[in-house]
Parts: sequence; structure tokens; C-alpha cells
Amino acid sequence: MSLRSPLSRVLGLGAAGDGPAHWWAQRVSAVGMALLGLWFVFSLFGLDLADRAAVSQWIAAPLNSVLLILLVATASYHSHLGVQVVIEDYTRGWSKVTGLVAVQFIHVVAAGIGIVAILRLALGG
Amino acid sequence: MAANNRPLSPHLQIYRPQITSVLSILHRITGVVLSAGIVVLVYWLAAAAGGSESYAFALTILGSVAGRVFLFGWTLAFFYHFLNGIRHLVWDTGRGFEIAQVERSGWTVLILALAFSAAAWAILLSGGGS
Repeated sequence: MSLRSPLSRVLGLGAAGDGPAHWWAQRVSAVGMALLGLWFVFSLFGLDLADRAAVSQWIAAPLNSVLLILLVATASYHSHLGVQVVIEDYTRGWSKVTGLVAVQFIHVVAAGIGIVAILRLALGG
Repeated sequence: MAANNRPLSPHLQIYRPQITSVLSILHRITGVVLSAGIVVLVYWLAAAAGGSESYAFALTILGSVAGRVFLFGWTLAFFYHFLNGIRHLVWDTGRGFEIAQVERSGWTVLILALAFSAAAWAILLSGGGS
């Protein structure tokens, strides 16, 4: 016998109230990361990382700028989803709340700085 | 039961480490390492945007012994998390859950991660990069 109400079964959102949304977002961003991460690592092979002019020129190329912005955004999102679960698993009470908020802020700030840096190079700052 | 006494994750220390459990926690550890790597990636981008001086400074930090150790660890973490992530996505389709399959895919992921990392650094160091 199930004690769940018919409404809760229809909504399918479970005890946490948001159903499989987090789980699904982590898988979708994982697929994005697999593609973007592979592109990024293979791109690094063709770059002289010691040469700032060459690196900047590479970042400023339109396709690279777009993919790099997507990489920074997707990586920050995927990383946030993952670290969030780690904090939820190992902490509780106030340290959990402050940890979750701090981690969210850090990821948003990191993504913001990264994207602005790419745009400055792409738009000739 | 008070909210503060709710149990946290289980006591894994009482179990003998196995390839399955070790690779599982390794996925989480490498994920956290890669999260720290985002800070380094963003710093590298900001240094490039900042100008020659800031980029030269970033190169001395990333090229130092500690920087190189971190970057090599990042490479290992990247390839492991990438390969094991694909393993997870395959599991999500309901495939590969027999014990023999899980152990085989685990060792495959581990060996490939080491091989890819070694190859990546061989290419980077021979190509004059960093």
C-alpha cells in the first residue's frame, strides 16, 4: 500500500519537491562538458601557451570565443551542481546553508570573470 | 528526531575497498579537483585579457613546480572524470550493471585515464607549450 497521495504521484516531484530536475541537469551539462572539454584539451595541444599574443589571438577567433564562453558557463554550472551534492552529503545545519550559498556565489563570480575576459579579447578591449 | 541528529553519508570505512567503491569516490574527488581547476582556467583567461605583464606573471605561477604538479593532477582528473562520466551515462541507460562488466569498465577507465594523461603531457612538453 502506498501512503503517497494521488496528487503527489501525478506531480512526480518526490520529497525534495523538484523531482529529477537536478539529476537531469547534471546529465545534460555532462554531455555538454564532454564535447566542450574534449575540444578545449585538443585545442591546447595546438597552442604555444607561453606566447600571449598567439593565445589571445586564438581566444579572439569568433568560433573559439563562442565555444570558450560556453565552456566556462557549462563548466561552472556542472561544477556547481556537483559541489552542491558534496556539501549536501557531508554537512548540515548552518554550515550546509552557508556552504551552499558560498559555492553558488563563487561559481557565478568565476563564470562572470571568465566570460568578461573572453569578451574583452574577442571585442578588442 | 532533531534535525541536527539526522544521519550523514554512510560509514564507508568499515568496508574493504574495492575497485567499484574506490572509482566511485574517485569520481567525486576528481570532480572537486576540476572545480578548483575552473578558478585556474578563469585566472588564465583574465591574465591573457589583462596584458603582457599579467600573463607573464601567470606563466611563472603556472610554470612553477607547484603549478606543474597541479596541472598534471588536473589532467589526470580531467581524463578520469571525462571517461568515468561516460561510464556513468552508459549506466544511466540501464546497461553494464553486471559485476564483471562493472569491474571491466572500471579498469578500462582507469588505464585509459593514465594513458591519455601521459600522452597529453608528452605532446605538450614536446610541442614547446607551457
